[in-house]
Amino acid sequence: MRSIPACGVPNVVQPLLQVEDLRTYFSALHGIARAVDGVSFALEQGETLALVGESGCGKSMTALSILQLVPEPAGYIDGGRILFEGKDLLDLTWSQMRQVRGNDIAMIFQEPMTSLNGTRTIGWQLVEAMEVHGKASGNVAQQRALDLLARVRLEQPALVLRQYPHELSGGMRQRVLIAMALANEPKLLIADEPTTALDVTIQAQILDLMRDLQHELGMSILLITHDLGIVAKMARHVAVMYAGQIVEYAPTLQLFQQPCHPYTRGLFASLPSRHRRGVDLATLEGVIPQATHWPPACRFEPRCPSRWGTCRTITPRMLEQTPGRTVRCHLYDPTIADRPGLDTSWHHGQDSGKTVGQRPQTEANP
Amino acid sequence: MATLSLMLHNVLPLVIVTLVVWTVVRARQQPLWAEAYRRLARNPVAMMALGVICLYGVIAVLDSLQWSDTTTEEPKTVLDRLFVQVPQERTYSAPLAVMTTGEPQLHALQGWHLLGTDGNGKDVLYQALKGCRTAMIIGGFTSLLVTPLALFFGMSAGYFGKRVDDAVQYTYTVLSSIPDILLLIALLLVFGHGLDKLCYALGITSWVGLCRLVRGETLKHREREYVRAARALGVSPGRILARHILPNLLPLVIISITLGFSGLVLAESILSYLGIGVEAGTGSWGNMIDAARLELAREPVVWWNLIAASTALFLIVLAFNLFGDALRDALDPRLRST
Repeated sequence: MRSIPACGVPNVVQPLLQVEDLRTYFSALHGIARAVDGVSFALEQGETLALVGESGCGKSMTALSILQLVPEPAGYIDGGRILFEGKDLLDLTWSQMRQVRGNDIAMIFQEPMTSLNGTRTIGWQLVEAMEVHGKASGNVAQQRALDLLARVRLEQPALVLRQYPHELSGGMRQRVLIAMALANEPKLLIADEPTTALDVTIQAQILDLMRDLQHELGMSILLITHDLGIVAKMARHVAVMYAGQIVEYAPTLQLFQQPCHPYTRGLFASLPSRHRRGVDLATLEGVIPQATHWPPACRFEPRCPSRWGTCRTITPRMLEQTPGRTVRCHLYDPTIADRPGLDTSWHHGQDSGKTVGQRPQTEANP
Repeated sequence: MATLSLMLHNVLPLVIVTLVVWTVVRARQQPLWAEAYRRLARNPVAMMALGVICLYGVIAVLDSLQWSDTTTEEPKTVLDRLFVQVPQERTYSAPLAVMTTGEPQLHALQGWHLLGTDGNGKDVLYQALKGCRTAMIIGGFTSLLVTPLALFFGMSAGYFGKRVDDAVQYTYTVLSSIPDILLLIALLLVFGHGLDKLCYALGITSWVGLCRLVRGETLKHREREYVRAARALGVSPGRILARHILPNLLPLVIISITLGFSGLVLAESILSYLGIGVEAGTGSWGNMIDAARLELAREPVVWWNLIAASTALFLIVLAFNLFGDALRDALDPRLRST
């Protein structure tokens, strides 16, 4: 086993997006909140990578850092590299970065209800998306806006073009936002919980739409979500984030078959499953710690059912466990001498003791 | 010079009226404004207030449009021409009276005066109407000066923050820590008297409130999702401010201007009363009240002068306040259920 800088597939020459040791901090009242603390991952052309984790673990901040839209003045990018097609985005000037936004990298947000300007028509906003990058203007832009609306499968695109955001439903607005994001045919689409605010049937439609458009346009998607069902449907690879770090990176199938990190296993155990009828769902005890005061060594240690003394003293490293999959946990680090086995049996209603010497097993299969 | 003055008096009011009508019609196409119009139209108080405002506006325009019959004559406004038949009396006369008052030997009046005459025998109604134009210019022109200034500084401060915000906040905090009336007196001493100078002075003291409001609103809007989405699309800050945030601020700004209008009209009267307002020749309610102050001590009491000016002032201030409130009810998103 060896330590690798980024948890991408190592034999690829140059991924579309490579984030290395990204650190985004916030100056808060009680010190510095390390919202994103040493995140590294790679995303290839045409691929989908899902960034999974609970609220406050730094997923959205990672995404905003890539576009350098971290809320100022409190937030700032402390260090790291964001290589997009080999160029470090952090080296670009303001105006160069503006050319990247919306043009090479587009983003759609969680809240379709408020992400559109209520005082402008849909057509105006779509045309603007093209005009700011000089892609089209005037009648050409109008025509393209119409095409885009048809492409995101909105009925009556000509009518929608003249409508205001408040006249559309949530699902329609998210389609419009996708159309705006795709207006300049970006190479990378960052989708920050694109379906969280939508109801389930609309969710499926929007996800199908995103996948189809990805195939048509050959773009990459960085999908941020806390919904493992969406991950299974959309992503080829998954990076699980906890407390500002990636704790596990794996191909989706492998992760679902065999989650390694205790946090990931906890996430899966807390999913309802038809194999565990009549049993209470497992819960991850406690809450995510304050970003200003992460635990000193392993950040998951206070909530981890498998913890032992070493977890409080030695910081776990991101280690390759099997080819293409990495975990940040002492349980999988052969250099840690006093490893106990794994507690694979999350609390299902009653507390079960530790099962020593057992390898992780498939627990849930949503 | 004469042609310029004629231009200012004749073309400018028409340009302003056209602009107002055009803006109102344009705004109708926007759903927010169309809805606000519907709400306003259902509000009888707002409609009455609007009627009063329009009436004052019409009088002001009539008092602006002017021409001279002969080349040597001073140009006369439409309002002057309407009152040309009204004769000047010897001295005071009560409303609708037939004889003068306050003289040892009373004289019969030459004409009929609805609101009586003042010490110089001039018709009070005519003078009160003459004050409309001054009031509208003070309110309108000052607002016109203040709004771009407040929008520019307020939006820059709110959006860019940091140094820009510090500079703007420092400027207006210092400015607002000086008592308004003292600052106005000082400014008018520097600028000299005159309607335009009064507008500049009032502009300097009154942009602070609007600027503060705009700054706060911009601060709020810059964190909104639609602004973040626009930034994620690569829209430049200038464009975000002008084309995304500004339209969202407009309702609030318009409400604020409407409510501020009455304050400006009042300020003019107060300053004229203190003797540092417009020149004596310009019709002004403040000047009328100032003149009426001395007459209250007379026997019999000469009250009509004061009442006419105060009522004219009161009506327009009340109308603007009521209309501003109604506009806020109709427009303010916080009062609307979305």
